[in-house]
Parts: sequence; structure tokens; C-alpha cells
Amino acid sequence: MDMKRDYYEDVELFSSPVVVFWFIVLIGSLYLFPMFVDNYYVYVANYIAINIIVAAGLNLLVGFTGQISLGHAGFFAIGAYGTVILMIKAGFPFLLALPCAALVAAGFGFLLGLPALRLEGPYLAIATLGFGLTITQIIGRVELFGGRDGLHAPDLTIGPWVLDTDKEFYFLVITLTIFLLLFMRNLIKTRVGRAFIAIRDADIAAETMGVNIVFYKTLAFAISAFYAGIAGGMYAFVLKFIEPEIFTLLMSILFLAMVVVGGLGSMLGSVAGAVLLCWLDLKLRNILDIPYLGEWLKDLSENWFSITGVSNIQYIVFGSIMIAIMLFEPLGLYGIWIRMKKYWRTWPF
Amino acid sequence: MEFSFFQVDNLSISFGGIKALQDISFTMNKGEIFSVIGPNGAGKTTLFNCISGLYKPDQGNIRFKDNSIEKMTPDKIARIGIARTFQNIELFDHMNTMENIMLGRHIHMKTGLFKGMFLWGKSSFSGKEEIQHREKVESIIDLLELQNVRDKFVGALPYGTQKLIELGRALALEPELLLLDEPCAGMNTEEKQDMIFWIKDIQDDLGISILLIEHDMKMVMDISDRVLAINFGKPVTLGTPDQVQQNKEVLKAYIGEDG
Repeated sequence: MDMKRDYYEDVELFSSPVVVFWFIVLIGSLYLFPMFVDNYYVYVANYIAINIIVAAGLNLLVGFTGQISLGHAGFFAIGAYGTVILMIKAGFPFLLALPCAALVAAGFGFLLGLPALRLEGPYLAIATLGFGLTITQIIGRVELFGGRDGLHAPDLTIGPWVLDTDKEFYFLVITLTIFLLLFMRNLIKTRVGRAFIAIRDADIAAETMGVNIVFYKTLAFAISAFYAGIAGGMYAFVLKFIEPEIFTLLMSILFLAMVVVGGLGSMLGSVAGAVLLCWLDLKLRNILDIPYLGEWLKDLSENWFSITGVSNIQYIVFGSIMIAIMLFEPLGLYGIWIRMKKYWRTWPF
Repeated sequence: MEFSFFQVDNLSISFGGIKALQDISFTMNKGEIFSVIGPNGAGKTTLFNCISGLYKPDQGNIRFKDNSIEKMTPDKIARIGIARTFQNIELFDHMNTMENIMLGRHIHMKTGLFKGMFLWGKSSFSGKEEIQHREKVESIIDLLELQNVRDKFVGALPYGTQKLIELGRALALEPELLLLDEPCAGMNTEEKQDMIFWIKDIQDDLGISILLIEHDMKMVMDISDRVLAINFGKPVTLGTPDQVQQNKEVLKAYIGEDG
């Protein structure tokens, strides 16, 4: 009997033909889905996919490397503005402007990573929060960036194709999302990812095992910012118009909430968290559409929870979900998934 | 001037008013098991932290082969061939045994950001490298008889097993000098016996020099080639186990005035 193990199994993406099958089904249905739904849901899908990219990038920083960022809306804004400005002012094609803008975001990520070497926990949170707020202030005051008036996204063409509907744009967004997720998954399974996790779990031991902490901590910031930058660049074309007020502190907090609700240190978790929170965010904006409870929720929200009279029920729901997750399942949605898998494996015992 | 394999010269460090180490000097020969003993708070772990670069000494030199290492960062020191274990276990709790030991291969691997992202199948660069180094790690797992915890997360494993995994992780670095900080602390007699065998094996078969901190005097006297006793951060005596055992000040420090 051959006792030699196949070591590739440990890092393999597809552990069995069944997984390959479901993966193909998933990818196939993602590409076919716009044919069967109306435009609004394609817009929702674009919005969710973009948030998945940010959540995955942020999870690398928070979940895998153990640092925190409350400034990801800043990187997101750099990506959005960078892409649009490179296209308008420098005449770059979209597929060149997008990675260039994301590289600028990564550069800022690297710079923010430098003070982060000496800061931890709440201090790092405040430093990154300051960054996020500053970026939008600066953008709002520079004429080149359209100031407070914002910027219109130019027409989006890739070679001979003009992507002027949500459906056409969807194929670009979903392709990029799939590749970025696969890249990150591979990264985490190999040497660099192990170094990130090692820094999170025991930084002193990682250092004495030869991991250059300065390099890997700043690298984590840069990669995370790059992902947020790519997402931001695409977001500009989902909205078709960007202004500084979009990239608020609340947006940074929602990104962080996606990562925490989905599950820190889990790729599937980032996807699940982004899907859940984005979907709830969009749904709860129109609370009157909710059957039976809609009217009542609107009254409740306007009379009791809001000081401005604007209904804000989505944040109350987010808050409740986050409290519930922290109390019952600190690993987030990913933790629930793991438990379900265990339950079915041993069912009916 | 000829330098020895490993040499510490007049090492001193203080934290505020506390002089944790004063004028510690010793040399180690290649292939030697050299022990540092002393009561709690004598400065043994501080000495290890200076050697592995976690503390920067106020005075003195540490030389390893041809390098002056007292100003190097910990990761550089690891790269030139010094590995260590910790008194209070410092494992990566959310990784399994295999991956913990794989981290010890970090300096021997080359996969960077882009090669890591392109892990497409066994024949990709990172795929090949993963397989090759996992084979190496498997041989360490076999050596330390850790097969049954190979795929388990280390956070929940028994204390003695965790100590072994730390040893495995340090061995994966393929160091020339291995610092062991109380490898037998909290182990039962049987586990201690096994650990002593492994330490001897590491010295004999792998040719690794070992700098050891241990409180179990029987073990220290059994396996050490030479012993350095320190107390209150100062050297007390240095010599063969027999010489150190008979030193009056060592007896005083360990057993008391009339001992």
C-alpha cells in the first residue's frame, strides 16, 4: 500500500469532483442570472459584488493579519476618483485606469501601514478613522476632483464594446470579483498568507521564525487598500456620479460590519457578510415594501429611533444583528455554516 | 582574531533601575549542548531574548559565526540560523500542526505575493514549493511522533504536545543554533524522558548546537556538555556539569545558606 500522502491536497481548491461540479454550477449560474431577472436586480448584484471585493480585502487586514481599519471608505474613494480622473483628464482606457487607481490606493495603504506598525487596537482604529475622514475632506476641496459638486463617470468602453447598461457592466464586475477572490484564496493558502496569520496569532514567534513583520504588516495594508481601490473604481460606474459625501465614516463602518458579521478570517465569511448586509441595506431603505410589518416599522423608526424624522431602520437592524452575532456566534455567518456542516455530517446523532 | 561558533561578550541590559543582565560572557562550540541555569528571575529568558533580537542589549556583543547579531532584527537572526522555543508557548493557535511547522519553513521558501496568487495546480511554482516543503515538514512530524495531531488545530492540544510542536517549528528552520527555553516545564516524567532523547538526537543526528534553559537539574546534568549558572543577572560559575554542581554559590542559590 502506498502510504505517501498527496501534499497538494492540503492547499487544493477542489478537494473532490463534487466540489468541481458545484463550482461550475455556481459560476455558470452567476453568468446566466442577468438573463432571467430585471435590471434592478442586476444593479443590486453589481452593488453586492463590489462590496464583496472590499470585504475580502478588509478581511485580509482585520481577520487574517489582526489589524483594524476604519478608513476603508478612503481607499474606496481613492479608487473611484482615481479611475474617473485618469479616464477624463489623462484619457486612460478603463482597464488601465482601474488598476492604476487601485495602485495609488495601495500606495496610500502602504503609507498608512507605516504608523500602524507602532499602533494597535483602539489607537490604530483612530488613526485609520482619521485617514478616512481626511481623504474625503481633501477630495472635496480640490478643484481637479470636482470639489463638492462631484464628478460624472465617463462612458465606459472596453475595446470595441460599450458597457452602458448594468447588465453589460455586470459581466465585468462578476469576472473581476471571481478572480480577485481566487487570487486572495491562493495567497492565504501559501507562504505570504501563512505569515499574515502567524503575525495575527503570535507576532513575537513569527518574528523569531524569520517573518519580517514590518514588510508583511505594510503589505497587508497595501493589498487591502488595492482591493478597496478596485472596488471603488467600479463603484463609480455603478453610481455613474461620485461626490465626496458618498464616502462617509458610516461606509467604513459598514465594510467592517460585513467582515465581522460574515466571520473574521474567513473568505466565505466576507462573501456572506457582504451579501447579507448589502441586501438588507437595500431592502430596508424601502421599509414600506416589507409585507405586513412595513407601515409599523416606518412609524416605529420615525417616532422613536430617529432624531431627524428620516427612517433609519436598516441601521437598527444591522446593530441588532451585530449584537446577536457577537453574543451567539463570534465566528459570524461562517461559524454558523461550520456548525451546520458538522450537524449534517453526524446526523441523525 | 579568531571567533568561536557562538560568543557572548560582556552582555548587559537593564530595565529602568533593574539590571537584568550584567557582564555575561561565554562561548559555545559547534555541536555542544550548553545549559544556562539559575533561580527564577535570574535573567535566563532575558539572555535568550537578547540573543534572538527581541531585546537590544545596553552593552556587549553577541557573535554568531562571522556575524555581530546584537543589533539585528529577530527575522534576520532567524535567517542566519538561530531558532528558539518559548517558555510560555507561542504557537499560532488558529493553524493546525502542519501549518505551524510550515511557518518554520518560511525563510527557505520563495513564494511571494504574485507567485502565491497564482497557485493553479501542482505544477505552478507555489504548488511545487508547497509540496516540496510539506514533505520536509512531514519528516519532522514523523521524527517527533506528531502524526496523530497533524491536522488538528494546536490551540486545543495538550500542553506537552504544544511544546513538541514548538520544537518542531524551530527545527523546520534548519537552524545551526537552537535555543530551548524550558522545553520540559510542566511535563510528566515519561514526556521528559522522550524530550531528553529528542534533544540528544537533535544534537547527534542533525548536528545542531543547543543552548538550553532548564530547571530540572537532573536533566541538565545528564545532557549538558557545559553549564553556566547565573543569579541576579550576574554570572556565578561556568564549567562542566560536575564542576558547577559542586560550586558553593550555586548550592547557596538553589538550596540555601546551609545547603
